[in-house]
Amino acid sequence: MTDVMDKAKDGKGAPARRRFLKEVAGVAGGACLLAAGVGLYSRQAAALPATALRPPGALAESDFLGACVRCGLCVRDCPYDTLKLAELGDGVVTGTPYFEARKVACEMCDDIPCVLACPTGALDRGLTDIEHARMGLAVLIDQETCLNFLGLRCDVCYRVCPVIDRAITLERVHNPRSDRHAMLLPTVHSEHCTGCGKCEAACVLPGEAAIKVLPVRLAQGSRAEHYRRGWEEKEAAGGSLIGDQIELPVRGMEDQPYGDTRLRTQPAPAPAPGAPPTGLDSGWKP
Amino acid sequence: MTADDRVGRVPATSVRGAALRGVLARPGQEAVRNRGWLAAHKWLLLRRVSQLGILALFLLGPWLGIWIVKGNLSSSLTLGVLPLTDPFLLAQSFAAGVVPYKEALLGGGIVLAFYLVFGGRLFCAWVCPINLVTDAAAWLRRRLGLKGGKAPDARLRYWLLACVLAVAALTGSLAWEWVNPVSMLHRGLIFGFGLAWGVVGGIFLYDLLIASRGWCGHVCPMGAFYALLGRTALLRVSAGGRGKCNDCMDCFAVCPEPQVIRPALKAAGQTHPLILDRDCTTCGRCVDVCGQDVFRITTRFDRSES
Repeated sequence: MTDVMDKAKDGKGAPARRRFLKEVAGVAGGACLLAAGVGLYSRQAAALPATALRPPGALAESDFLGACVRCGLCVRDCPYDTLKLAELGDGVVTGTPYFEARKVACEMCDDIPCVLACPTGALDRGLTDIEHARMGLAVLIDQETCLNFLGLRCDVCYRVCPVIDRAITLERVHNPRSDRHAMLLPTVHSEHCTGCGKCEAACVLPGEAAIKVLPVRLAQGSRAEHYRRGWEEKEAAGGSLIGDQIELPVRGMEDQPYGDTRLRTQPAPAPAPGAPPTGLDSGWKP
Repeated sequence: MTADDRVGRVPATSVRGAALRGVLARPGQEAVRNRGWLAAHKWLLLRRVSQLGILALFLLGPWLGIWIVKGNLSSSLTLGVLPLTDPFLLAQSFAAGVVPYKEALLGGGIVLAFYLVFGGRLFCAWVCPINLVTDAAAWLRRRLGLKGGKAPDARLRYWLLACVLAVAALTGSLAWEWVNPVSMLHRGLIFGFGLAWGVVGGIFLYDLLIASRGWCGHVCPMGAFYALLGRTALLRVSAGGRGKCNDCMDCFAVCPEPQVIRPALKAAGQTHPLILDRDCTTCGRCVDVCGQDVFRITTRFDRSES
């Protein structure tokens, strides 16, 4: 009876079941298309901008996006208003917490309140010592504008570093421009840098900082595992793996041990008059 | 009573009365005349108090520094002890392969238990901030007499819910939360909007111009999730006074899910007057606009007719 009525209604004679299946297929197809669109959009938008840093203890980005429910409790418990929730259009996944080091850096609270506030584990409570946080890695990215690289004693990034002398050290090198001064180059050490961003925030340059905190994956190269570091192998094995090496004399450095190429502090004894010159400086002049 | 008598009883401002006279309907006017404006808007006002009150609790902290509730509807902490988490988000998290900390599980359990007991789509009518937007669109659509447009099949939301969970499983992330207007609006009000206004405005225009009750009634997978929790809802609307119905059709005009009314009101496919459909949001708007006091909000065990 219903079949007859349906046939009468839509004229084509399609039975009700077929029409129902058609409808369901249409709705299901539409839903899947919509969801696929959302999924693709989410994949495209998942790339975190290099300036956006996650709070301490954040899981790896792909895991983080599955665990963070965008509730903002970490933002609320951040005593320095460092963290904020991304708004639509910020370039960071909507509703997820982040901070930008140049604007306001992480103060590295000892009790890590943001991690304790997270109800889902997107911020991992396994992080109990803030010095083990790895929010990013500082990189002295512009040696052309860094004042210390120009030979001045700015040192601000080094001074503000909460892990001073471990995460950032000043390395003394010769200044080849003046040829008589030293340069003290701020140098970041990845095994200690937490990525808090204090250095980037404090950099005295007027606009962009010369030192920037980048996501670790951007800041570091992949380790060349196939390259065996001889000095590490030697230390591990308690001696050289390839035995003693033949020592060939180097002209002008005959008195020095093999490998020591430092210039002698004592000037070479003056050669006897008439004798052929020895050493690196033959005394020849054009 | 003959059919002509009934037509005579239908007020001129009601949907059916206006249709007979070819004018714009003003549903609910009979109720206002019979009971007064306040009583004829009781449930609407209570609902607005609930929606805005919940929002105010969340805003007291950021605006006035009074921290009763921290967070947002996705997950919150009340008075520093009570965790509440949206089970729809937890479901997505589980689908993405994440097992959250016990705070979120406990909070999700409390919310889940509440809606399972009292009625899933209470969330839609009494809590969800988007409801204010779509109600406004529906009201304006009625006042302007806009007809037509095309609403997708109401089953779309259930398929979309399935697809949302599938996408979460495939991408390992809460993909829906990147576009979810419900959490976006609530979060935006509390934490800052960005371009989220555009999404909310889009829903308003969609409901106003394209699909009557389109978002909440046909598309929203979050509403679909809460509807699935509504099978055991304790609070239900009863058409207990259906004997008095004068077929003015006002309840159908204001109901966000009009298809749920007929079985109870017209005894179509059921004998009792309870609206047990999971899609009913228990908003009580039908109770308000009925000039004949046909409807009441009661429990699912109250099958009496008055």
